[in-house]
Amino acid sequence: MIPAAAKVTPDAERAVPVYELRNVGKTYARNAITALEGVSLTLTKGSFSAVIGSSGCGKSTLLKIMSGLIPPSAGRVVLQGRPVRGARRDIGMMFQQATLFPWRTTLENIVLPIEIRDGKAAAKAAQTQARALLDLVGLKGFENTYPSELSGGMAQRASICRMLITEPAVLLLDEPFSALDELTRDFMNMELQRICSSRGATAFLVTHSIQEAVILSDVVYVMKPRPGRIADVVTIDLPRPRTLDMMTTPKFGALVEHIRSLLDKEAFK
Amino acid sequence: MSNIERLKDSGHDPDGDTVWTEQTSWLDRVPRAVQMLFVFAVFVLIWDMVTRLGLVSPIILPNPAETAVDLVFVGKNLLTGGYMLTALWITLQEVFYGFLLAIAIGFSLGVIVGETAFGERAIMPYLVAIDTMPKVAFAPLFVAWLGFDIDSKVALAAFIATFPIVVGTAAGLHAADSNSRNLFKTMGASRWQTLIKMKLPMALPQVFTGLKIASVGVMAGAITGEFLGGGKGFGELIRTAASQLNTPRVFSLILYLSLVGMGLFTLVAWAQRRVVFWQKDRVMAGAE
Repeated sequence: MIPAAAKVTPDAERAVPVYELRNVGKTYARNAITALEGVSLTLTKGSFSAVIGSSGCGKSTLLKIMSGLIPPSAGRVVLQGRPVRGARRDIGMMFQQATLFPWRTTLENIVLPIEIRDGKAAAKAAQTQARALLDLVGLKGFENTYPSELSGGMAQRASICRMLITEPAVLLLDEPFSALDELTRDFMNMELQRICSSRGATAFLVTHSIQEAVILSDVVYVMKPRPGRIADVVTIDLPRPRTLDMMTTPKFGALVEHIRSLLDKEAFK
Repeated sequence: MSNIERLKDSGHDPDGDTVWTEQTSWLDRVPRAVQMLFVFAVFVLIWDMVTRLGLVSPIILPNPAETAVDLVFVGKNLLTGGYMLTALWITLQEVFYGFLLAIAIGFSLGVIVGETAFGERAIMPYLVAIDTMPKVAFAPLFVAWLGFDIDSKVALAAFIATFPIVVGTAAGLHAADSNSRNLFKTMGASRWQTLIKMKLPMALPQVFTGLKIASVGVMAGAITGEFLGGGKGFGELIRTAASQLNTPRVFSLILYLSLVGMGLFTLVAWAQRRVVFWQKDRVMAGAE
């Protein structure tokens, strides 16, 4: 694990690009729809970026390309100097649903990526690491619990562990807490910030919520539909660590208002 | 009455607790066993009345007492290892081998149809076509091919029981949600790993639904096979008793047969609870 101090040293570390997209486009040949056009972005090491936009603006397509699930029809997608052509060990993913498998205990769910890639023996060896991760997300003692006994928030904590077990270079978060109630969601966002900064993780979040994007991110990419493109890039210069109290400050309010004005009004009503 | 009075009382005292009981029908408070016994008693009573009043000829419908006596007789024969037990044993063998065969064929076909595009496109239409045929009509064919021994009954039983298992397995394999599929893709899982570690476990509840329907069908298949193809099984006993107009015997044989059927169904339900331990809705009557 990378000590928290490493995260704080700015420029030197931050300048290192981890994930780079250059002019990425996606056209679905079947119905000639341009889902993405000319998307360029760079995720630097230890940074937290968010992409926001209305439904159908191409966020999901972008995330699918970045996770290696679908190929782009144009442009370059490069993670750690190697082009992304399919699933990659150094990509960690998290979905709106925890997607834990009910026949596996929490611990077995967390080591699943290791089991898939390296086999059962490696998965067994990774259990020590998995326990440490459970400790990190505050789920100590739930190793042998089945997912049905976990609450929504706890299940998402476990899925954070599963994402981190392969020590990925980038975390792709697809609206991870949007299925949770608002109180839990705010709390989980703060937990996510703590976990990411303690590991110096590079994270990329897709979200519907402007507040969520602002409170978590260093950079917010504003996307617009038809064709899906990055319309604006907003740098969030709120100090770290962020707290929920910041959400009531005028600066936070101004940032949210600014992003809201950048988005098509009718999409958010 | 007392509830209403209590409500009125609390109405006088605005500071008192607003505690009151929901009204439930007295019938709903009776224990389940008593309720079931009540239904059974009413059924026997009507049955008895019908026979006493001579509304139906005793050859068609024997009275409950006669049937009860015969029930005891058949029970004794079965318990003491009489000829009926030998017949039951033959039928049980047909059911056992038929079910085993149906599981093996049904599950394999289900995986092929549910997992491969070829199976779904090219094999499934034929399965649907065969499934819509009245499968009992194949019985004479099986007898012609396999003879009057238990083989032809095993074949018919398996034939009837295979389709629900195919459908259950194939439908279950489609049950995996897109998140789970995407997760396995991003983990770089092979098709085999995705099938074994995700799709098949997720399919199990529906596989078991198919197995439950099949467990009913396999009994029907074995007995029908015996009706149409002879042999020495329980179905033959029923057929003989019926041809001798021994209606009480037919009734009691059917009752013991239904016990076997319930036993098989319960066994499958028990296996489901053990294997699919994470499934919460543990309904017994989930056959459909």
